[in-house]
Amino acid sequence: MCPVRIPTEQEKHGRRGRPITDHDAQEINRVEELSYDLKVREVMTARLHTTSPEVSLSDVLEILRLNRISGVPVVQDDQLVGVISIEDIVRAMERNDLTETVGQYMTRRLVTVASYDSIIKAMQTFTESRVGRLPVVDEEKKLVGMITKGDITRGILLALQKDYKEEEVRKYRASHLFEDIISDRTTLVLRYNIKAQDYTHGGNASSNIKRALLRLGADPQIARRCGIAVYEAEMNLIIHTNNGGILKLEVEPHRITMSTTDDGPGIQNIDQVLEPGYSTASELVREMGFGAGMGLVNIQRCVDKMEIESTPGKGTKLTMRIQVPAENFNGRKNG
Amino acid sequence: MNLRDVIKLANGTLLTVSIDADIQVSGGYGADLMSDVLAASRPDAVLLTGLTNPQVVRTAQMAEFRAIIFVRGKQPQTETLQIADQENIPLITSPFGMFELCGRLHQAGLKSFETNVPG
Repeated sequence: MCPVRIPTEQEKHGRRGRPITDHDAQEINRVEELSYDLKVREVMTARLHTTSPEVSLSDVLEILRLNRISGVPVVQDDQLVGVISIEDIVRAMERNDLTETVGQYMTRRLVTVASYDSIIKAMQTFTESRVGRLPVVDEEKKLVGMITKGDITRGILLALQKDYKEEEVRKYRASHLFEDIISDRTTLVLRYNIKAQDYTHGGNASSNIKRALLRLGADPQIARRCGIAVYEAEMNLIIHTNNGGILKLEVEPHRITMSTTDDGPGIQNIDQVLEPGYSTASELVREMGFGAGMGLVNIQRCVDKMEIESTPGKGTKLTMRIQVPAENFNGRKNG
Repeated sequence: MNLRDVIKLANGTLLTVSIDADIQVSGGYGADLMSDVLAASRPDAVLLTGLTNPQVVRTAQMAEFRAIIFVRGKQPQTETLQIADQENIPLITSPFGMFELCGRLHQAGLKSFETNVPG
């Protein structure tokens, strides 16, 4: 949940040293997102101690001491007119002036935030004004609360905790899928359309398949074997087919079946493609680190059963099966 | 050894946004052929490679590598960085060449996760 951050050189100069682009926007993390989503009113302290300008400083000091707070807003005729803090009182003490009124020593330079502002706005205001606490006002400029940096941290942590719980519930529900749905034979089928030559997105479908299996409660070892096999198969569709193909995952409580189907060019000699090192891949594909003639060999190693049916000129169907031990997908959390 | 030690030994620069530097790295693997990597690797290793395309990250994700180190100071493509950030796989670039870096990490006690062919 809390990765240690090592700021990079670039990061010291902002997000990789350039303004936020649409691409960056996609990678903005959850805390940044929350900073825009959470509103000041959701994290502020609403139960307020206030005072008025004519109160003596010694009385205010007593309020601060009893409530263990370091400042209070000053209100006159329902309007916020200033803030009196420990620092102001220290100034008065230096002059032996504690009998004076709040009005004499309070800070009148009023920096406020609105209750409907996002907490990112509040954080910016904290940085600019260099104060530790800010009065919060509503649409009619009436004082409704106070906010500190601690309130913001607490608000974000609470929201993250809620996120985490929701994810746990989702995971729990997914992993109980096969228990909750009663039938003689339940199969969950996921289909992915794979485009030929789409090297940039190569592996996206496999990545989603692996995630789905883990969420369904599959043993991590089994999810890893499926991931590697289906990734090689996905790359084969991208590298070798004329028009791409369909990648299909079928999950049953006792078995996982993955398959790829395409409409050509088909394989001339199946025995040959199963030989380690045999490859028809182009130079471009080899430069990307594929086409070493190990794909199908790797798949065979990862799955319990592999079948290839192919007709030259028509297409190829590759089926991969992995048996799941009885205790998997039963809703118990694995790993 | 943990990822922080590995980055230090590699004289490496972290390219992705955030990482858990305390994560344990159990072994190392150096290759430019992704199928070789998928064929022989055990989980929780660090991958040293000269390839910088997005498939490197997908391969690392499928084979459950802890991090990828690009040798000879190579910089990844933009798509590679994006996928790595999204999948939480740390990318590191090291000024050392493949042989030099393998040697340094191995000498510091990082095990080889490569499978030798019986000969």
